[in-house]
Amino acid sequence: MTELLKIENLKVNFRTFEGVTNVLNLESLSVAKGESFGLVGESGAGKTTLAYTILKLLPIPPAFVESGVINFEGENLLKKSEGEMQKIRGKKVSMIFQDPMSTLNPVFTTGQQITRVLQHNQGLHKAQAKKRAVELMNLVKLPDPENILSKYPHELSGGQRQRIIIALAFSCGAQFLIADEPTRNLDVTIQAGVLQLIAELIRETNVTVLFIGNNLELVSLICDRVGILHRGQLVELGSIKEVAKHPAHPYTLTLLRAIPKEKREKIDLTQIALKAEERLAEKGCRYAGRCLKKEKICLEEEPALKHIGGTHYIACHL
Amino acid sequence: MRKLLPVETFEAIKPRLKEFKLTFYLLNRNRLTMIAVITVFLLVLIAILAPLIVPYKEHVISGTNPQEKLLPPSQEHLFGTDELGRDIFSRVIYGTRISLETALAAVGLALLIGVPLGAIAGATGGVVDEVIMRITDIFLSFPPLLLAILIAAFLGPSLTNAMLAIAVAWWPWYTRLIRGQAVSMRERQFVRAARAIGTPHFKIVFGHIVPNTIAPVIVQASMDLGGVILTAASLSFLGLGAQPPTPEWGLMVSTSRNYFLNAWWYSIFPGLAIFITVLVFNLVGDGLREVLDPRTRKY
Repeated sequence: MTELLKIENLKVNFRTFEGVTNVLNLESLSVAKGESFGLVGESGAGKTTLAYTILKLLPIPPAFVESGVINFEGENLLKKSEGEMQKIRGKKVSMIFQDPMSTLNPVFTTGQQITRVLQHNQGLHKAQAKKRAVELMNLVKLPDPENILSKYPHELSGGQRQRIIIALAFSCGAQFLIADEPTRNLDVTIQAGVLQLIAELIRETNVTVLFIGNNLELVSLICDRVGILHRGQLVELGSIKEVAKHPAHPYTLTLLRAIPKEKREKIDLTQIALKAEERLAEKGCRYAGRCLKKEKICLEEEPALKHIGGTHYIACHL
Repeated sequence: MRKLLPVETFEAIKPRLKEFKLTFYLLNRNRLTMIAVITVFLLVLIAILAPLIVPYKEHVISGTNPQEKLLPPSQEHLFGTDELGRDIFSRVIYGTRISLETALAAVGLALLIGVPLGAIAGATGGVVDEVIMRITDIFLSFPPLLLAILIAAFLGPSLTNAMLAIAVAWWPWYTRLIRGQAVSMRERQFVRAARAIGTPHFKIVFGHIVPNTIAPVIVQASMDLGGVILTAASLSFLGLGAQPPTPEWGLMVSTSRNYFLNAWWYSIFPGLAIFITVLVFNLVGDGLREVLDPRTRKY
């Protein structure tokens, strides 16, 4: 298997009023060609920051990349200029954003927005672009394409908008897709439809995916491999079977326990409700503050990812 | 009680047309604004049709008629005559054309300079933003009329120069207005999404940010049209704008000072023309702001 994306020693920091905060600290992460990789973690874990870092969309300042390499097709994206990035964005790497309500420009019709992207990225003529836009609408299973293309974003529902955004992400033949919580802000039935659509499109186009989500079960529907992100660090990494069936890191266990399964089942939220401390500790495991099983070593030494069988890795002393 | 808009009539109409109809409807609910809008249309019509309306075309520029000088308003001369026996009504009508032309050109030029600069500054940030905004601040530190007088005096008195002077004095206001809006747009999701799909910066600025920030600028520009007409008249009054025998309102008021005690009509009518024009443009601007801002919108 060839690696399409390989991240090494990536450290992204935010310079804030109180000082520099590290939000991403990835020793090594790679996504193979054709693979669907899931990234799961709670809000603020750095999932979206990673997506923005790959596409170089981070707001700099306050963010800055301290060190690291992001190799895409063997080329370091972090070394690329803005002009070179423009040739990569949309055409090689594209992204589905998490909030469909605000991802489309409110003053243009959806048709204008799609055709403009097609005209610019693929050099199509207006008529060709319009035809292609209709095809794209069919691809994402939106009925009555002409009508939808003549509508402004505010006239469409969240699900419809997200389908349009998905159509845009797939419009220019990108080989690598970052899906940043594409089902957020959608209600559960729409979520299922959108997720199914993404799964189908991934299968049809054979695109490599970095799927970001905060629900491990939802991610497991799409992904082959999954990484659990906690405060900017990978705490568990493995195939979806290994992680979902035999979660090893205490944080993963907590995440799984927080998903409601049956109607009247009581969910134990004691652990997830433990608030993470505001500042990162100088040393030790970043999870130690909320970990119920912590021991002395957890406070003193930062755990590295260790192999625990198969393709399964965890970063925990226990 | 005026009856509310029947919703179903809008269903079939295209969105843009719908928006336009809604705007018109909302304007219509505010009587004062509607009167102002009609007056503006009337002024534009007068300006366009000036040659057809004026009774004494030859009086407009150079024709003189010394036998009939300083006659009070009468059937032949609705607004009376001036010191050279020219029909003031004809000259005021032609003045509409000159004032509107000057105002449109000046505001248009100011927008042409101000909007792109503000959008680039706000959307790019960093050093570019600093440089553009500090230059803007320099211009803003002068009172606009004073700056216009300065530039007009420097360029030499003529109507074109007055127009240029006004544009130079006015663009920083639009730059500042647009820049503030553009900064808030920069971190919006759709702008980021546009970047993520590979849209170049230039296209993001003019294709995404400017169209989203233009509403307050339209309001400001429509209000400024009044202010610019006043400033142009002021410059002409001071001798820095239009030169005789141009039938410019400010210039007419200026010449009329010498005859003010004996011929009230000479200064009143051009003055009234300035007053009404500035007032209606301000009213239209106010009305537009009310309509374009959903918070002040009253359905």
